[in-house]
Amino acid sequence: MDFLPSPLSGALAAAVSWLVIALASLAPGRNALVVRRLAFPLGALAGLALAAFGLQAMWLPAAQMTLPLGLPDLPFHLRIDPLAGFFLMLLGAVSAGVCVYAAGYFRDESGERLTLIGLQYHVFLASMAFVIVADDAYLFMVAWETMALSSYFLVTTDHKLPAVRGAGFLYLLVAHLGAIAILLCFGVMSGGQGDYTFDALRAAELKPLWATVAFLLAFFGFGAKAGMIPLHAWLPEAHPAAPSPVSALMSGIMIKTAIYGMVRVIYDLIGGVRWEWGVLVLAIGAATTLFGVLYALMQHDLKRLLAYHSVENIGIILLGLGASMVFLGFGHSAAGALGLIAALYHTLNHAVFKGLLFLGAGSILHATGLRNLNDMGGLIHKMPKTAFYFLIGALAISALPPLNGFVSEWLTFQAALQAPLLANGVVRSVLPLFAATLALAGALTAMCFVKVYGIAFLGQPREPRHAPQPKAPAAGRDAGTLEQYGMAWLAAGCFVLGLFPTSFLLMLNRVATSLTGKGLSRAALESNWLWLIPSSSVQASYSPGIFLIVIVAVTLLTFLLVRRFYHGRVRYADPWDCGYPGQTPRMQDTADAFGQPIRHVFGPVYLMKRHLPGPDDPAPKFTLKIEDRHWYWLYLPLARLTNYVSSKIALLQQGRISIYLLYSFLTLIALLVFVR
Amino acid sequence: MDQTFSGQLVNLFAAFLLLIAFAMLSQRRVLTLIRLFAWQGAALAASTLIVAYSTGQTHLYFSAALAVLLKVMLIPWVLHRLIDRLQVRWDVETLINIPATMLIGIGLVIFAFALAAPISEMANTVTRSTLGIANASVLLSFLMMIVRRKAVPQVIGFLAMENGLFFAATSATYGMPLVVELGVALDVLVGTFIFGIFFFHIREQFDSLDIRHMEKLKED
Repeated sequence: MDFLPSPLSGALAAAVSWLVIALASLAPGRNALVVRRLAFPLGALAGLALAAFGLQAMWLPAAQMTLPLGLPDLPFHLRIDPLAGFFLMLLGAVSAGVCVYAAGYFRDESGERLTLIGLQYHVFLASMAFVIVADDAYLFMVAWETMALSSYFLVTTDHKLPAVRGAGFLYLLVAHLGAIAILLCFGVMSGGQGDYTFDALRAAELKPLWATVAFLLAFFGFGAKAGMIPLHAWLPEAHPAAPSPVSALMSGIMIKTAIYGMVRVIYDLIGGVRWEWGVLVLAIGAATTLFGVLYALMQHDLKRLLAYHSVENIGIILLGLGASMVFLGFGHSAAGALGLIAALYHTLNHAVFKGLLFLGAGSILHATGLRNLNDMGGLIHKMPKTAFYFLIGALAISALPPLNGFVSEWLTFQAALQAPLLANGVVRSVLPLFAATLALAGALTAMCFVKVYGIAFLGQPREPRHAPQPKAPAAGRDAGTLEQYGMAWLAAGCFVLGLFPTSFLLMLNRVATSLTGKGLSRAALESNWLWLIPSSSVQASYSPGIFLIVIVAVTLLTFLLVRRFYHGRVRYADPWDCGYPGQTPRMQDTADAFGQPIRHVFGPVYLMKRHLPGPDDPAPKFTLKIEDRHWYWLYLPLARLTNYVSSKIALLQQGRISIYLLYSFLTLIALLVFVR
Repeated sequence: MDQTFSGQLVNLFAAFLLLIAFAMLSQRRVLTLIRLFAWQGAALAASTLIVAYSTGQTHLYFSAALAVLLKVMLIPWVLHRLIDRLQVRWDVETLINIPATMLIGIGLVIFAFALAAPISEMANTVTRSTLGIANASVLLSFLMMIVRRKAVPQVIGFLAMENGLFFAATSATYGMPLVVELGVALDVLVGTFIFGIFFFHIREQFDSLDIRHMEKLKED
């Protein structure tokens, strides 16, 4: 394949072309049409190219390159290996769909705003690509911070709203805390030798204590970006604040770069994974999963709800990673590889279906101006195409076969069910418990999306005064053609990833092999296109093709039988009528009502502020507010502490020159005494 | 001139230097302060000249000439012009009363000598005993900057500090390389001009050169 550039230079070219597009969108004098018609489609092409090079890199040995850029004596190093290739593929493929969608989505933006969005959006994409191909801590941190800043500006696109500014600030704060931890982690790993290329970090032998410190710093530093608890608070604020394509990118791809960072640092750079680390990852992963889905169920803002589901899915990915680390720590390489593969597979799957769901939410927001589920209803009539794509995304995230969500969650289960291999009795018995958490979360997710779909798309429009909003001229229209193409691309991804898991399994096995040295068991490698076998065919196997055939056959058969034997004609009736005539739309179930049983069962998890009107209240008004407990035991006390300490330190600033001179004088005296 | 005699002469001028530093610390009038500063420069130049003559270090002649040119003539002249223009010939206030300042100054001198003792042991120059004085005059000038409330005396304190530094260099190691000395001298000169410009701006802003007004500049 001599006529093709090598994957690394190809990926570099794609990333640089994103940067060029970013600058070019500034050039044409704030012309919205150029950005929409040219910049975003070209960005999508670059994404496709990046995905192709990433795919190619997964089958090739690692390649390195040094750029003549950067500080003197500190050039940028690039490297591509199967792990980087996998994440480049994820970045390229998902961003291609989102870019096409964005070309349609931003049709109402003014030129001034759109040129800025075009700049930040493509810088954001390029910085993520550089995070993935970086091969030294210096370039990694530069790209990482560029990513944080560009996405901050994207989040605060509507900076005139105070709530958006607040969300942006919170995001920036957590992002920087995470970045500090990552920086310290690189410092610990280099062990004071001053060489920050990843090759040097890989070669450095750390003492067990320092390795654990590096692990903790990496885990919490990257975890802040990924949105694991207790560092998740920015996620449900920032994702809804951003424009929908940006939410899709952030939730679909950006938080995955944190997973990339975790895998890169923990598996590759630190090396020698210990099982205790795995237990910590498992515990936090399980808590994150459960917390995310429980809070998602309580949301009635569609984009907030999706954001909490991102928290949940990060938890699922962490469960896979944790299981893998436990197995690797005990020396079971095949099971360890399986856990890693499950985590990475879920990373890709979540990027695809969560991107799709955010795009769908964006189309709803665009067409109706609504974000509150309680105001929606009956959208399937006005937006049948969006409803269709959203359904695919909802089925995928609910882990229903034969779509992609099922495959990776099933693989995670299979990894967890390898627990009998373990020698340590406690871990052996706890691991299935974490798997049970995953099962519970899966069921709750399905319930949550029944709620979303039922409330938003089915039924009747709820509040008529909300339905046609003057803000949205396209009220009640379906998504535009380009928006549909974008969603169709990701929906197709849900099917491909769900129906051909074996090819992806083998591909990911290359990643796992390159990281841990050994891959899956021999039996697993004999998986064919029909049967997916994670460990051995005696234990478990799954065939999405057969599943699909059975589902289609049963549905068709039922349909035909019902038509043939029952009534044989189509009947029209009011939706959700339940036999009562004369219903008003206000009598339908609301989003909050749907979550009520869960709110009762899991009461202690929530911080609920509710006002129940008395029976003799002439103007009864029911209010309910669910708040995140983390704010009260972690964030607000921390903020108060910071404020207090700062106010004490601010006493130093007196504003009198004499006092300042006195400071330097006393410092001088102290130094003289000390150095003497 | 034999070594002991020149050593004693250097010690004499060093004593002058310290005495003038104390005089500046206790002086309330700006005009006298400038005159004292010029005298301090003269003492510095004289002691440098003696060291140059007795040790044969030719570059110290240049240093001495530079000191006379800059510290005895040019800078005092600039400062005179400045206070004429700014109309600030009046008495200066201090933050701490003068006897207390003197007491603190004596403490600083003792500290400076204690600090210089081990270094003087190691140095083998004729001037080694004056290192303590050099240190002391740096610290005293610094103290003057702290306790003065008006901007012009503070600048004089800053310039006097440079005198002490220069003296320290001469006494410990027969002076810094000439290039460095030239650079420092130029810096001091440029600094004086910049301070002058700042004074005009400060007065324009606050109608006074009292630096208390600058407390308003801090953020709350």
